[in-house]
Amino acid sequence: MNKQLRHLSVFALVLLAVLIVSTTYWQTWAKADLAARKENSITNIERLTIDRGKILAADGTVLADNRKTHKHGLTTYTRHYPQNDLASQVIGYATNAGTTTGLEQSLDDYLTGANTNLTNTFKDELNRLGGQTVHGDDVVLTLRPDIQRLALDQLGGRCGAVVVLDAHTGAVVAMASSPTYNANLVNQPKGYTKIGRIRGTCGDHTALQNNATVGLYPPGSTFKMVTAAAALDSGAYTPGSRFNDPGYCIEYGKRVSNAGNPDQNGPEAFGNVSLAEGFEHSINSVFCNVGMHIGGLKILDYAKRFGFYSVPPLETPPDESSASGLYKYDKHGRSLWTPTSSNDVDSGRLAFGQANMLATPLQMAMVGATIANKGVVPKPYLVQKVVAADGSTVTKTAPQTLGQAIKPSTAAELNQMMQLVVRGGTAASVGFPPGLKVAGKTGTAELGLGTIYDAWFVAFAPADNPRYVVAVVVEKQPNGFGASVSAPIAKAILEKLLAR
Amino acid sequence: MTLRNRELLALMTVGLLTAIGFATVYIALKSQISGGSLGYAVFFFGLYLVAHVVTRLTVPLADPYLLPMAALLTAIGVTEIYRLGPDNAFRQGLWVVIGVGVFATTLFWLRHDYRVLERYKYVFGVTAIFLLLLPWAPGLGETINGSRLWIHFGGLQFQPSELGKIALIVFLAAYFREKREVLAQGRLKDWGPLLVIWGIAMLGLFVTNDLGSALLYYGIFVAMLYVATARIAFVAGAVGLFLVGSFAVSQGTPHVQERITNWLSPWSTHPIYCPANGEQMLRQSCQSYQQVTSLYSIGHGGFGGTGLGHGIFTGETGSQLIPDLNTDFIYSALAQELGLVGVAAVLLLYMAFVVRGFQIALSATDGFSKLLAAGLSFGFAFQTFVIVGGITRVIPLTGITLPFVSYGGSSVLANFLLVAGLLLISNRANRELAAT
Repeated sequence: MNKQLRHLSVFALVLLAVLIVSTTYWQTWAKADLAARKENSITNIERLTIDRGKILAADGTVLADNRKTHKHGLTTYTRHYPQNDLASQVIGYATNAGTTTGLEQSLDDYLTGANTNLTNTFKDELNRLGGQTVHGDDVVLTLRPDIQRLALDQLGGRCGAVVVLDAHTGAVVAMASSPTYNANLVNQPKGYTKIGRIRGTCGDHTALQNNATVGLYPPGSTFKMVTAAAALDSGAYTPGSRFNDPGYCIEYGKRVSNAGNPDQNGPEAFGNVSLAEGFEHSINSVFCNVGMHIGGLKILDYAKRFGFYSVPPLETPPDESSASGLYKYDKHGRSLWTPTSSNDVDSGRLAFGQANMLATPLQMAMVGATIANKGVVPKPYLVQKVVAADGSTVTKTAPQTLGQAIKPSTAAELNQMMQLVVRGGTAASVGFPPGLKVAGKTGTAELGLGTIYDAWFVAFAPADNPRYVVAVVVEKQPNGFGASVSAPIAKAILEKLLAR
Repeated sequence: MTLRNRELLALMTVGLLTAIGFATVYIALKSQISGGSLGYAVFFFGLYLVAHVVTRLTVPLADPYLLPMAALLTAIGVTEIYRLGPDNAFRQGLWVVIGVGVFATTLFWLRHDYRVLERYKYVFGVTAIFLLLLPWAPGLGETINGSRLWIHFGGLQFQPSELGKIALIVFLAAYFREKREVLAQGRLKDWGPLLVIWGIAMLGLFVTNDLGSALLYYGIFVAMLYVATARIAFVAGAVGLFLVGSFAVSQGTPHVQERITNWLSPWSTHPIYCPANGEQMLRQSCQSYQQVTSLYSIGHGGFGGTGLGHGIFTGETGSQLIPDLNTDFIYSALAQELGLVGVAAVLLLYMAFVVRGFQIALSATDGFSKLLAAGLSFGFAFQTFVIVGGITRVIPLTGITLPFVSYGGSSVLANFLLVAGLLLISNRANRELAAT
């Protein structure tokens, strides 16, 4: 019988060895897949036991922290947003069920302390074995809550967005999207339904969307900054180049009339003007001729240098930002389109920011910042630094640039032209205080909805040594122009930022 | 060093490990549990010292490592049971007291010659059937999780199939010893009594829906049949019969069908009908909830585990996430808190126990002893395989206890009997070896 006994004992040992293999499979190979399953009640509960890091504004104001509850021997944390609706679209939210958006999503590894470097891995492991709560890292943003609040108040529930950048560093000082919502609703019963009911004055999209980064609007005359940059930087024109404005330009054998341009001030036909004057008074016929002369592809080439056609490298999740550029519409909806020949582009209309050119407020702020920053595109950023629970700095953002878009001399010329706009041009009526030297460009984009426009204003100040750039868009304003609707918002913000 | 001194030394080591285990749980959970947990460690150590004294008196020449290994497995189980609910650890402690009593009684009674059992083989056969059918008796049985495998008396739950397993092994060892030559010839006449007893046993298991025990009994039967007859054809035939039989049974029993579906695809991507509440739900939220959540528990442990006392077993409302955690699913709890390192060590301990068991079978000089030791050792290994294999999706999940580790009185008693049996056989074999 001994032979059979040996066979059987080997068989029994093989059975037990199989168990070691199968357990190894679940605990190593399949571990990540199991943890990622959304009905995994164990990881769901573990998530609630993590003391997620705080999100702080530049001045230390708490934008997101946790509320602690101790029940049934379990200490759990629920996300709380003390500033309610202040920067909900930027910060996003983290629900008890594990859904995250905005910075809560893209910075999740820091906030949950999951980011690894050797010292804190070791420390975390010790804490874990000691049964201690995992404390995530705190994130300090560049946002200034006072400016953010002012921007929201100025938008006053109208659909639109305000982006304020530090002109040199690209730090986002404010990023307001309207309509906004109270982020604390997401962890309340029926909270999503309540958020879904929020409609701004435009009435057609939800408060959850960050209009500043994902919202695509025809830039209208603010795009003349890009066209003028292309015209001057390529050497085709100077600010003094002369044009005859009969009140229209002729493209494809037809008149493109100034009369339809709500942004223009002064007479309908200016006659003999310079490029600078055309910019100052936002004369479409001038830019129409510039566009047809240098060609749509040249304009788009310059647009790309400012960051168009790529998603701005902000820390928010990439799918919460849009690339600006020409869009085409088909049965699949809207998609970014890169023409290969100037003949495919309506160069005349593109030159003044129509013809399916769409841009985000952040992109237009980057255009303004580039001009303010002597032609160098600053890389926008929201995260100033990440601080571990023990107070040590995990990372600190060093300002970066996205390259030289235009020559410094071109930037200086554009700066001068933008000062003309504020001094005696389309934004003269805004009434900036005499002590505040502002450079700006208005935009009043046609939407094909008659006299309902998207109102734009992009500006920086002080013009001689720019510190801040503001881009404002207010959507679908009946008879509302860049100068009358958006410029006053920029004015209020710049006054507060630069008040002595 | 004498065999018994080795046993004592090994038991001391186990006692120290137990103390460390309880101290760890106490430190981790001191906000929730009262002090005095070290008292448990001392208490269990004391019980195993009593068992040790019994072996000194009755089986001085028996294998010195079986008892310490059993003690270590019990300690691991009791530590985890204590961590999951101190009240249950106290009850388990009472069962261990009874278990040691049964252990001592068995050793004293059979210390001269356990082979008298051979004479009563049909008593054991009938006892096995009786114990299997006991839960079916009106007033005694209770249906838990669709299986009728528990009986109640005096407020204590008892799973008689655990003891039935031991009775069956004794019966098979005796029957095969007597009939193995004629069985190998394959005449139906010799197979008759065997088939009758086996048939009733299987029927009993299926009517009580105790699939885990059915599989275990069948496995033990086939293994002992092979040892006795050395006929691979019999094994193949038996396995074939089992597959055909299970298929037939699964066609008629939704309970079995469900287990197989849960095994093959525990996760559904679309909601399906959930019989528990009549709603449309994902399978992992309904039928396969226990299996899937147990896998989450194992996965969460990862390589190093969360540490004793730091695993997540209760929900926000304080409810237990995995039903039957301290009985059938204690392995998932261990896997989460001890990690792969810990449970692999536990499985190696099972392997070491099985190796010792088969060595005893090899060293035994008579057929009955060989078959009995082989049956007990293989039963022990196969039971571990059925439950841990079920939990880790190697085979369909069937509820059965993890030997020595799971909470449950019947399991404790059966396992003490198993150790007693192996010690008796070992003692006799070593005595005969010394005499020659």
